[in-house]
Amino acid sequence: MSLCARYVFRHLLVLLPAMFALCVTAQAAGQDHHGGELRLLGSTSGGTLDPQLHYTPVYLQIFSAVYDGLLTYRKAGGAAGDEVVPDLATALPQPEDGGRTWTFYLRPGIRFSDGRPVRVQDVQASFQRIFRVGSPTASSFYENIVGAHDCLRQPHACTLSEGMEVDPATGRITFHLVEPDAEFLTKLAYPHAVILPADTPDHDVGTVPVAGTGAYRVVSYDPQQSLHLARNPYFHVWSDAAQPEGYVDTIIYRFGLRDEDEVTSVEAGHDDWMFEVKPLDRLGELGARFPDRVHINPSLHIVYVPLNVHIAPFDNAMARQAVAWALDRHAAAIFYGGPAVATPMCDMAPPNVLPPVGQCPYTLPAVSASGMSGWPRPDLDRARDLVMKSGTQGQAVTIVVQTDSTQRGIGAWMRDRLQQIGYRASVREISRGVQFSYIQNSANNVQISLTSWFGDYPSPSNFVYLLFACSSFHPHSDNSINIPGYCNPALDAVMHRALQEPRDPVRMALWRQASNMLNSDEPAVPLLAIKDVDLVSARLGNYAYHTLYHMLVARAWVR
Amino acid sequence: MAQDLPAPPAGPWRQAMRSIARNRSAMAALATLALVTLACMLAPLYAHHVAHTDPFTSNVAGSIVLDGHEVDIMQPNDNPLHLGLSPIGPTWHATYLLGADSQGRDLASRLLYGGRDSLLVSSCAAVVCLVLAAMAGIVAGFSGGVVDALLSRMMDIMWAVPVYLFAISLSIVTVSHGLRVGPVTVRADSLLIPIFIIALVYVPYAARPIRGRVMALRQAEFVTAARCLGVPRWRIVVRDILPNVTTTLVMLGPLLMALSLLAESALSFLSLGVQAPAASWGTIIQDGEGLIYTRPMVAVAPGLAIVVVVLALNILGDGLRDALDVRDAARRSS
Repeated sequence: MSLCARYVFRHLLVLLPAMFALCVTAQAAGQDHHGGELRLLGSTSGGTLDPQLHYTPVYLQIFSAVYDGLLTYRKAGGAAGDEVVPDLATALPQPEDGGRTWTFYLRPGIRFSDGRPVRVQDVQASFQRIFRVGSPTASSFYENIVGAHDCLRQPHACTLSEGMEVDPATGRITFHLVEPDAEFLTKLAYPHAVILPADTPDHDVGTVPVAGTGAYRVVSYDPQQSLHLARNPYFHVWSDAAQPEGYVDTIIYRFGLRDEDEVTSVEAGHDDWMFEVKPLDRLGELGARFPDRVHINPSLHIVYVPLNVHIAPFDNAMARQAVAWALDRHAAAIFYGGPAVATPMCDMAPPNVLPPVGQCPYTLPAVSASGMSGWPRPDLDRARDLVMKSGTQGQAVTIVVQTDSTQRGIGAWMRDRLQQIGYRASVREISRGVQFSYIQNSANNVQISLTSWFGDYPSPSNFVYLLFACSSFHPHSDNSINIPGYCNPALDAVMHRALQEPRDPVRMALWRQASNMLNSDEPAVPLLAIKDVDLVSARLGNYAYHTLYHMLVARAWVR
Repeated sequence: MAQDLPAPPAGPWRQAMRSIARNRSAMAALATLALVTLACMLAPLYAHHVAHTDPFTSNVAGSIVLDGHEVDIMQPNDNPLHLGLSPIGPTWHATYLLGADSQGRDLASRLLYGGRDSLLVSSCAAVVCLVLAAMAGIVAGFSGGVVDALLSRMMDIMWAVPVYLFAISLSIVTVSHGLRVGPVTVRADSLLIPIFIIALVYVPYAARPIRGRVMALRQAEFVTAARCLGVPRWRIVVRDILPNVTTTLVMLGPLLMALSLLAESALSFLSLGVQAPAASWGTIIQDGEGLIYTRPMVAVAPGLAIVVVVLALNILGDGLRDALDVRDAARRSS
């Protein structure tokens, strides 16, 4: 052995153990965060476990780690989370046939949590099931697929035979649309389009979990007590952006505590995260004692005041405009926790979705240059004048709000404002579970109400189109999300053009035009865009917030 | 020669008044009640001329001048995240003396206005309850037989239902649409609704002792004598029974008013009693529930007011019983 070789060998002998030790340490450091149990809290359960029916934010968070669609939103915090990425599909497709045809290829080698492989037949059955079970977004998101109209009319006979083609040999899935839809991929990424086994029953599965493809599977569920999740034994990472591996081994979601108690429990470290909005009375304490454990995130949550355009006094445009001039958005923000949590809105879409341009409507200019931007202050004199001109002065107006303390507070405040501009206003409180349906039904003759809306994905269509399109108004139905009953064919035409427009700048310009048209008629007064305030335990790390999924459970670790 | 005759003995009412006057606790309770009532009656004067506020209008975006400085009524919490706002706390000045509630309204003014409604509802409910209980107790006790059995069973049924549950059930029915009985319509926000509901639920509690007293009186010699003389029954009731039941009614009065005040506060706390924008101590406690961590005064102040008034009413009731209950006085003297 030469001197040189001996030198190298000797040093290798020294280096190898050191490299081995380094590798082990690095591996240990990576695994430090793996394992443990993530403990979540909710005051009540989210109800059904059916991922194609569930439409509250409670379980969308959980479903993000249990189910996958062909596409999904990137499992990342901040603006990156708005990006649509391929999930069970191998890649994002390019539009064909002028945007009417979209072709995907199913990723091979993926299994459901019961061990069965995912096939294109499962994909086809899952889309049929959206219509068969009457998914809440079947009409608004997937009506544009060829044959969807028939499926909506006769759900049990739904085949989508002309709208979907699948090829088991190549894993190809082709969608045919009636007309171009610039947001089709975004809609496919929505959790209602998750892929389930083909033999999933065509009815609400209730508390029985359906096998998914995500990193976790539902082990047990008692809506009165808790929801338990454990790792999916058949899961492997195919795309960290779409479905990360997850750090914790188990997730438990417990129900039944009041929001005050939930805050105390997370503060004390008994639990890691709570779903509920933080009680206003505790915000100061949270900000002062746990600034590093509180996260304030822009969300798709807006608060607005629908005005019924079919009954007096708000069948008069001047009366509606008077309300818009009278309501002080900054005062309303106080009820949600102040400017750190609630931002005045100029339009019916939040500013992070449709940025306001120039001076907001229905506001006086700021008193000083350094004054409040966006929406400075109300004009009660102009509001009173409009009420006088509209001839509606002295009419009785009942504001319908929910019974929670925030809405009751805003309700009382609105009543005073309406009285100040000349109405005989009163407040009617209806329990949280009923009020939202009640105000939608035109048979209840609700004149004015207060309500919230959570956008499904960050697009103006989720607010302006869904809430004010003629097709969203269904008289005498509890399921009529166009609460004011407003229908403007000219506005509808602009919105349809925006929905089909593939070029982003042009599309946004059309939405701006639609929003301005809406503002001039004012069927609803936009009040506030709400930020989500999250409190986490001291042991929770790697917090990431997604506007749809809230805290990403698969990204979080516990120490 | 005129002979000095001994002064005629004082009547039972005069004796009772003297007894009460000698009872320091009862007099202190009476003084407290008078003070609270007077303060509440002067609420408009206080609000408009001392505090200079409108306690019924939301003022979350308003400000006041304290020691020459303009101060926001809703104040940002002191934390690095600027999270949350709290209503101004006690200023110990004429304006916002006890601070503001969640709507930015002057708590002290609302406390006085709330006291007016609470005292009005509870006193009226107690009076209505006593009238109804007296009618039911006298009719049942004096008639006996089927009438007594019928009325007593009705009372038993009402008694079997927990008072608050009964009151809440009745309130839920009336709180949204008011009450319509024939041509009479009572609006949902009228104070008459809590008054009659509270009065009704406490009728069995007052009617039972009255019935017992009437049954004892029915066997009394003077009643038997009146019957033998052919005095009509209604006249016996009015002239012989009712005056002898009055002491029982007077003794029950403060107790019923205390119970009514508690019931009114509970109903108003649940949004089923006094309706906004009117205030009562119960509604103010409800306002304060959401501020219990940052501004406990909003809930504590009306709570203390209720405690003071109920305590005073109970002490006064004890004093009245000591003064008016002949049997109890005889027991104590022996």
